[in-house]
Amino acid sequence: MCGIAGLQVRDPSLEPRLGELLTGMLHQAAERGPDSAGVALYGDSRLTPPGHATVSLLAPDVSADEVAARVGGGATAITVSQSTVVHSPALTVSDLERAVRDAFPSAVVTGRGTGLAVLKGVGHPDALAEEFGLRAASGRQGIAHTRMATESAVTPEGAHPFSVDENVCLVHNGSFANHATIRRELRAEGIVFDSENDSEVGARFVAHQLAQGHDLEKSLRLLCERFDGFYTLLVTTGDTFAVVRDAIACKPAVVAETDAWVAMASEYRYFAGLPGIESARVFEPEPEEVHTWQR
Amino acid sequence: MAALTTPTVIDLAHDSVRDLNRALHQAGPGTSWRIEHPDGAHNVAVGLTEDLDVVIGGPVGYYGAGMNQRATVTIHGNAGTGVAENMMSGTVRVRGSASQSAGATAHGGLLVIDGDASARCGISMKGVDIVVGGNVGHMSAFMGQAGRLVVCGDAGDALGDSLYEARIYVKGKVKSLGADCVEKEMRAEHLAELAELLKAAERDDAPADFRRYGSARDLYHFKVDNSAAY
Repeated sequence: MCGIAGLQVRDPSLEPRLGELLTGMLHQAAERGPDSAGVALYGDSRLTPPGHATVSLLAPDVSADEVAARVGGGATAITVSQSTVVHSPALTVSDLERAVRDAFPSAVVTGRGTGLAVLKGVGHPDALAEEFGLRAASGRQGIAHTRMATESAVTPEGAHPFSVDENVCLVHNGSFANHATIRRELRAEGIVFDSENDSEVGARFVAHQLAQGHDLEKSLRLLCERFDGFYTLLVTTGDTFAVVRDAIACKPAVVAETDAWVAMASEYRYFAGLPGIESARVFEPEPEEVHTWQR
Repeated sequence: MAALTTPTVIDLAHDSVRDLNRALHQAGPGTSWRIEHPDGAHNVAVGLTEDLDVVIGGPVGYYGAGMNQRATVTIHGNAGTGVAENMMSGTVRVRGSASQSAGATAHGGLLVIDGDASARCGISMKGVDIVVGGNVGHMSAFMGQAGRLVVCGDAGDALGDSLYEARIYVKGKVKSLGADCVEKEMRAEHLAELAELLKAAERDDAPADFRRYGSARDLYHFKVDNSAAY
């Protein structure tokens, strides 16, 4: 069991409230996943200064200043809870990621992009939300995940979101049955994994399909064809918000939409604090149908 | 049933679901209750055993009005997974839509859903009557053993899969029938029972517009011809 909450803001006047609204949703999701939690935030100016490349990683055992100094190239870094977020105004996203990996060869990179920060860790979701400073965050898109581990150990690298491609994030409720087979196939193609987690295989598969030139919708359709097991997935890119469920659809998912925002949750009660929920269009995504919303 | 007393109001913005359910379990028959700000909470008004009139002023989460006996519960909003699951008697009305497994394993009473119900509506139903104003999702009435499921909209894939004896009436399209579920002749007694169910659900659909589905009874008994398959 896991909890998923996601919010895409349509009305720019709500962007300063993204973190506050997501904090309320994450709190409601805590009962579905009390062992770890994570968030992905698109467009928070503190975590992702405009015009900077950003790389998120599980915090190495040194200070943020030391991280920045070792990465070099004018990079700055902040440590937030169990994560460190590194910025550079000069380097491209891939160059910054390479510099981070060169400086910290054993680091687990949890996100990279131009406006994306990923924070995750082990602990109670409410405590992590405080450590993340989530309430004060702003932005245009945010996802939150609470984990009750089934397929792999309770570790920071096993927490969601999984972001393995530039600006793409995936969160999963369920369990993939054939993840070991697909992991082997992807490894044979040279893809490197950070964990033994089944959801990471889903994220790597989607990234692999995107790299082949498929769009997100097609990539998720291919995932439905290839993966066995139970899943509700929420995938974001900063501009796109996509939801897909397996054919049986036993893992919950509910979507609510107004002119000001679109939100997805494992349970309706996560929506209760969203402005205008009383008049929102509320529905459950159909099985094996890829639902997408563009900003 | 009609409210006989001024409703007692419980506001879930202040009171816990546990306090609410304790109060409802201790309430005398004929009393009426109004629940404010449910905000999608789970387990609202579960395990009632008396002839109460309970009005819930918004959406509920999982298992709303589950295990109901005798009470009339009206939900003015949507309901999460397993609304009225294992109901024994009484009436549960959802004025919005219901999530999956509505009326699961329920033995009796009437469940009315004005909107849509998603997957597995009436799964393993054991005597409940369910009337859905809109559509139902895939595998509805899966392994239904007794009772009636009335769908005024369309039904999803595998309707009535592995059905025992529940009777299913659908007004709209059926995407596909599940294993051992077949269309059956609509005889006078079926039109009559359907008219009664629609009336109880306060609907004005015409019984003649519905088709009836039931069990072919081919899965009932072990067939020696199939022994090699086990």
